[in-house]
Amino acid sequence: MIKQIAALHSFRGWLFTFGLLFAAIILFPVLNILVPEESFFHIPDYMFPLLGKYLCYAMVALAVDLIWGYAGILSLGHGVFFSMGGYAMGMYLMRSIGKEGVYKSDLPDFMVFLDWKELPWYWYGFDYFSFALLIVFLLPGLFAFVFGYFAFRSRIKGVYFAIITQAMTYALMLLFFRNNTGFGGNNGLTDFKRILGYSLQDPSTKMGLFVITAFVLFLSYVISRYIVKSKLGRVLTAIRDVENRVMFSGYNTLHYKLFIWTFSAFLCGLAGALYVPQVGIINPSEMQPANSIEMAIWVAVGGRGTLVGALLGAGLVNVAKSWFTVAAPDYWLYFLGILFIVVTLFLPKGFIGIFDRFTSKNKDREVIND
Amino acid sequence: MVNHVFLPKPVCSITDSSTLKVFTRPVWFFSLLVCFISFISIAEANDFESLLNDLGNKSRSKIKIAVQKLGELGNPDALPALVALKSKRLATTEEGILVILNEPEDQGSDALTGEKLEIGSLTLRKPRINNSVRRYLSAAIAKLKLNSEESDVRLEAAQELLKRSSSSVLALVESSLKKETHDDVKEILLLVLAKINLEGEDRNKRIESINIIKKFGNNDFHSVLEDLLKQNDKGEYLEEDSEIRDGAAKAIKAIKQRQVFVDQIANLFYGLSLGSILLLAALGLAITFGLMGVINMAHGEMLMIGAYATFVVQNLFIEYLPSFFDWYLICAIPVSFLASAIVGIILERSVIRHLYGRPLETLLATWGISLVLIQTVRLTFGAQNVEVANPFYLSGGVEVFNGVVFPYSRIVIIVFVVFVVTAIWALLQKTSLGLQVRSVTQNREMAACMGIPTHKVDMWTFGLGSGVAGLGGLALSQIGNVGPELGRMYIVDSFMVVVLGGVGKIAGTVAGALGIGVINKFLEPLSGAVLGKIIVLVLIIVLIQKRPQGLFALKGRSVDN
Repeated sequence: MIKQIAALHSFRGWLFTFGLLFAAIILFPVLNILVPEESFFHIPDYMFPLLGKYLCYAMVALAVDLIWGYAGILSLGHGVFFSMGGYAMGMYLMRSIGKEGVYKSDLPDFMVFLDWKELPWYWYGFDYFSFALLIVFLLPGLFAFVFGYFAFRSRIKGVYFAIITQAMTYALMLLFFRNNTGFGGNNGLTDFKRILGYSLQDPSTKMGLFVITAFVLFLSYVISRYIVKSKLGRVLTAIRDVENRVMFSGYNTLHYKLFIWTFSAFLCGLAGALYVPQVGIINPSEMQPANSIEMAIWVAVGGRGTLVGALLGAGLVNVAKSWFTVAAPDYWLYFLGILFIVVTLFLPKGFIGIFDRFTSKNKDREVIND
Repeated sequence: MVNHVFLPKPVCSITDSSTLKVFTRPVWFFSLLVCFISFISIAEANDFESLLNDLGNKSRSKIKIAVQKLGELGNPDALPALVALKSKRLATTEEGILVILNEPEDQGSDALTGEKLEIGSLTLRKPRINNSVRRYLSAAIAKLKLNSEESDVRLEAAQELLKRSSSSVLALVESSLKKETHDDVKEILLLVLAKINLEGEDRNKRIESINIIKKFGNNDFHSVLEDLLKQNDKGEYLEEDSEIRDGAAKAIKAIKQRQVFVDQIANLFYGLSLGSILLLAALGLAITFGLMGVINMAHGEMLMIGAYATFVVQNLFIEYLPSFFDWYLICAIPVSFLASAIVGIILERSVIRHLYGRPLETLLATWGISLVLIQTVRLTFGAQNVEVANPFYLSGGVEVFNGVVFPYSRIVIIVFVVFVVTAIWALLQKTSLGLQVRSVTQNREMAACMGIPTHKVDMWTFGLGSGVAGLGGLALSQIGNVGPELGRMYIVDSFMVVVLGGVGKIAGTVAGALGIGVINKFLEPLSGAVLGKIIVLVLIIVLIQKRPQGLFALKGRSVDN
């Protein structure tokens, strides 16, 4: 087993990966605590939630790459799984506010505002972190499993699947926008105070969340790598390239697709759950069709079917977004739009593709072939 | 006259004068008569004039009497002054001339002659009225209106009476009812009568009233009837007469049934209207998807471009041809079509052409294009919604049932969509381009082998599909807001139409669009707009289980698609 995992990367690859993990888990906190504030190398407190956010997006990109890059199934509805994880965590954080809300009530503020007298049944259990965690682990995967089962069973694929998933996220967005649905409507869940007793305003909590996110991302990456390198991953790649031949060879493609789809949703939900305490809000706009499409472009920018490319793409696009929305908000959509066009037209393998062209020794890297 | 012949010449002159006398007598009589009649009419006119002038009197009681008498006179000329008095737009000058002011009170006209007056130089005094005067005013206005020659005015007056009926108008309504010939007005007057009689003492009249309400009444009578069925704390009915109670219960039931029917008709109409818009939006999408296998995510922006093209044409008309303003919409039809078609062709030539065989990437690239288009429009026209006016022939509506109005704009749009769909159908079925489009849709390689320039067909078809969406934008501009995000609101629904209807057949798109539109509108009152939409989406996903290629898929033999 260890041998198998070790074989996932070359020695240099592992060195690089662990180097990044080390940087995130040890170096960054050290630079924050020990290096004086005037120093160039000091990492200020406010950077941690921001970096943590990028890491969550990177996890989402990983999830999208698994399903799109390896199985060839483009989902335009991953925002739903992300939000499910996010809302589950948000509900726990809401409950842990206790009576410190604006209305000093045991109920969440928005329920008092809507004049609700008691907690809806689906909020039961969210007083406990373990229950919320269970929901984060189970709900997105379960939902994806059911949805995927019906979709893949009737062999909906390609553009049809993309559109159906988009309709799914659109419908759920509308549902969550309603006040009566019981998730805070338009404003969503926000004003969190603490997680597991630690104040969310505290810099050390923020740093802790960032470190946890980095570690979870590292684990997700290794597991994803393990999956795509396994025989299962090979079958998935074959399904991506010519599904009919795989079927004619006696494989039931439904099982393979359903597995990777469910796992992808699970990862995405996890990312959502880590995202909410760091960003401090979850609302239905996370389920906008536009957000889910943006997730696909992170993967496309970095390079599909490489995992590393997905991480890279998520980072690049989101750093660019952070910069644009401050420096030139009017031109962010231009940049994003042109990025979509340029990447699909000229960079089918993304930035990893450029990198490969210069080094040109990675002969074993999967070739995307539609 | 008889001796005229025998008499010598001098006598003759006498006879002349006597003939004169004989002739002048009727003239004199006649002139007397004329004089008398004109005296009476002058007297009446004077009466009318002085009554009218009394409206500006300082004394409220005199105003009250004047109002009452004007109502009795029944001269419709008094209407403007009475209405003006009611809405406090009547004033008198120092010389006692009655002036009617317009709404913003910057212009006035003489209440008697209708002449325009320069009111800036006049000191005006408004007569003060109280509620008792107002009550008389309403009655007088209603009476004058009911005497009007025009059935529309009478209808309006009758509806006004229905809203605020009181026993004081009983005689007036009864007398008008006798004269009335127009069915609609009669119906409403009957209802007014029924409403008044129901509160009376006469048992037969009350039962008769309930029957009338049962026959013609609408939801407004619901509370009146419910009151008849109320019980007190001990469980006894407040209304003692059981026959009246039964009648009321039956009437409520009848009204409810009628209301349900009316609601269904309205739902059907609005569903068709929504469906026809979706049809315009989805038609081009379905054609290009069938032809090239790509979904154009920027298709919604073609709607937006069409709507903004309409906006631009409208502004050009305001600027250069204000006298023909109402006809700008006709001119906007080709403009919006061409604007969207040209953008579509540019898009196809520059981007989509290079992504053949990669449908998922096309999806993303066209999404990028849509972002660029939205942002461009936002920077050019502003992020706010712009205003597109309805020309006169599209404003207003026709009242089909009591309380259900079908706006002309929506009716015209449905007709317009029928026209466009027929044109597209003819184009696909009857022209050589259509033949080529159909052959490429069925089998691209084979069509290419037969010498069909498939890339050119793609280009023209893409332009056509985008142009149709542009027409959809024009239609949307007449019933909704025009803003940069216009396309986004319809794009998911149009995708659903394509998924549901399948590709390659217009019938599929028509069925999908109208189906989704109508189902949406029927679900809305049951479950609210949002849940209705969600139910529709779930239905589509379920339906697709049975027919993965849509309702009207082309039959083929290939494994994929």
